[in-house]
Amino acid sequence: MEVIYAFCVGLLAACGFFLVLRGRTFIVVMGLTLLSYAVNLFLFASGRLTLNGAAVLGQSAQYSDPLPQALVLTAIVIGFAMTAFLVILAMRSRADQGNDHVDGQIPVRPVSPSLLDKRNG
Amino acid sequence: MLHLPILPILLPMLAAALMLLPPLSQSITRQRLFAVTIMITLVIVSVWLLLTCHQQGTQLYVLGGWQPPFGIALVADRLSALMVLLTAILGLGAQLYACAGDDKEGMYFHPLFMFQMLGVNGAFLTGDIFNLFVFFEVLLIASYALLIHGGGKQKTKANVHYVILNLVGSSIFLFALGILYGTLGTLNIQDMAMKVVSLNEQQQALTKAGGLLLLVVFGLKAALLPLHFWLPKTYAATSAPVAALFAIMTKIGVYSILRVHMTIFGQDAGALAHMAIPWLWPLALLTIVMGTIGVLASPGLRLSIANLVVVSVGTLLLAVAIQRESATSAALYYMIHSTFITGALFLIADMITKQRGKAEDRYVIARPLQNPKILGIAFFIAALTVVGMPPFSGFVSKILILQAANSMRETLWVWPILLLISLVFLVALSRAGTTIFWRAAGDNTQGKPLAPLKCIAIALLLGASPVLVIFGGPITQYTQLTAAQLHSKAPLPNSKLPIKKAKEMPTGQSHNAN
Repeated sequence: MEVIYAFCVGLLAACGFFLVLRGRTFIVVMGLTLLSYAVNLFLFASGRLTLNGAAVLGQSAQYSDPLPQALVLTAIVIGFAMTAFLVILAMRSRADQGNDHVDGQIPVRPVSPSLLDKRNG
Repeated sequence: MLHLPILPILLPMLAAALMLLPPLSQSITRQRLFAVTIMITLVIVSVWLLLTCHQQGTQLYVLGGWQPPFGIALVADRLSALMVLLTAILGLGAQLYACAGDDKEGMYFHPLFMFQMLGVNGAFLTGDIFNLFVFFEVLLIASYALLIHGGGKQKTKANVHYVILNLVGSSIFLFALGILYGTLGTLNIQDMAMKVVSLNEQQQALTKAGGLLLLVVFGLKAALLPLHFWLPKTYAATSAPVAALFAIMTKIGVYSILRVHMTIFGQDAGALAHMAIPWLWPLALLTIVMGTIGVLASPGLRLSIANLVVVSVGTLLLAVAIQRESATSAALYYMIHSTFITGALFLIADMITKQRGKAEDRYVIARPLQNPKILGIAFFIAALTVVGMPPFSGFVSKILILQAANSMRETLWVWPILLLISLVFLVALSRAGTTIFWRAAGDNTQGKPLAPLKCIAIALLLGASPVLVIFGGPITQYTQLTAAQLHSKAPLPNSKLPIKKAKEMPTGQSHNAN
């Protein structure tokens, strides 16, 4: 279980970081969402993974650590609010700048002269 | 008073909520009066808290009566109290300046400002590292909204970068907290400091990773070298009172580095002691160099000042990295000085910008200022302080740092860099001053009187500089005591932080078994 769990968290985090490094705001928002999923799962695992363990003492033979669950709850709420804010900000930026690039302008790619010749010819 | 440590958090929170309700939300005049009253109260409360911490020792406030390490605790020691007072005075200056008109450019300026104060004070007072994260988020979301206050293309663009970077920073913060909780089994800062000694080798490696991830996050907030690129444009784009208030934001990063890497991973941390120092040394030096180049290369006054903020962070962290009591004390003195002076500079730059028409703050020939005398004197004093000329606090703080760097290796690195940047600042600020005040063309418009509130705000922040020199004795005494408190690992008074007891509890057991 630990291996699958760790793999999933790692994959989510890797995808998240990859998407955050992209240039368009929407994709960056998606990346941050994935990253926050990875964070929540990771925080949850910091209290160790236990099966059939209640967070309240005396309810089951094994117990799980309740503190990470409380932390995850806090992190989810905060992450949700921040994502909502970022979505609105991205829309505002799209309206202000006229495009959805994070730098406010789409970088112009240098065109090689041979390609230009082909197009003109 | 029993509830004193929580007042700097409760006061702005309640004030912000009240300002969103009818009697105050209707009129901006009422909001201004109320906000200024609250800020003055906050200054008084902070002074009171500082005196209490100074005379009676560290104050522990346990929320809900749950004794640490299980509940949430607020810890007001000398450093926290000093930072809260610094925030309150800076906030009062920024608020007074905003009341002269900048708060009308958008909605909800004053409630947002109060939420910002709530977050900053909370971050300084909390004794729990997860709560530090929560208060970071509170102050960040207020700062996102404040940054874009008034709207405009430049602000939106800067804000997108700022928000995305800080959201990634928050994720890394949580990763680091997860790692540290996994190995140490606690999130209370004092408790972590006690447990970090008794880790086995595997756990040490993980904890080191967690601690260094925290350094990345705080480095991002403080604008340490590879993570400082967001700062100049963001600070230059936003409105003046917000930029002045943000002078404290980088200091929060430095404060957190002090807390985590001196209290938790300090000299008593066994194998993990001082683990951030090999990173801090070169990065702080490079931050200073990059910031100085930025100051020289800036095309406008506000961008220059924003780069000065980067340099001040580098200087601060350099003094922190020396890891001696005298150096930490010098760093704290420098922190007070640089916070006020950058705040004042942002306000002065805004007044200059508003009088130069289309040229704004750029270093080009433009029409002459309407009030060259008052603004010139203010700019001259501020520039002297930044450069570090004798009568003002810049000189004293620089001397203190130079004195603290007294071993061979430190002298070799610290002295030339700190002295050279003074020279560079002298060149850069003389150029700025001569272009703005003397190289003017066009008709001389009639001098309008300046808004008195703005002048009071600038006088308040600039006045801190001579005060820091005149009362240099007591202030350095206080910073020395603060540094001693940071370096010693004295257990909290009247706190029940028993290491043995914690081990008997289920969570402690499960983690020690691993």
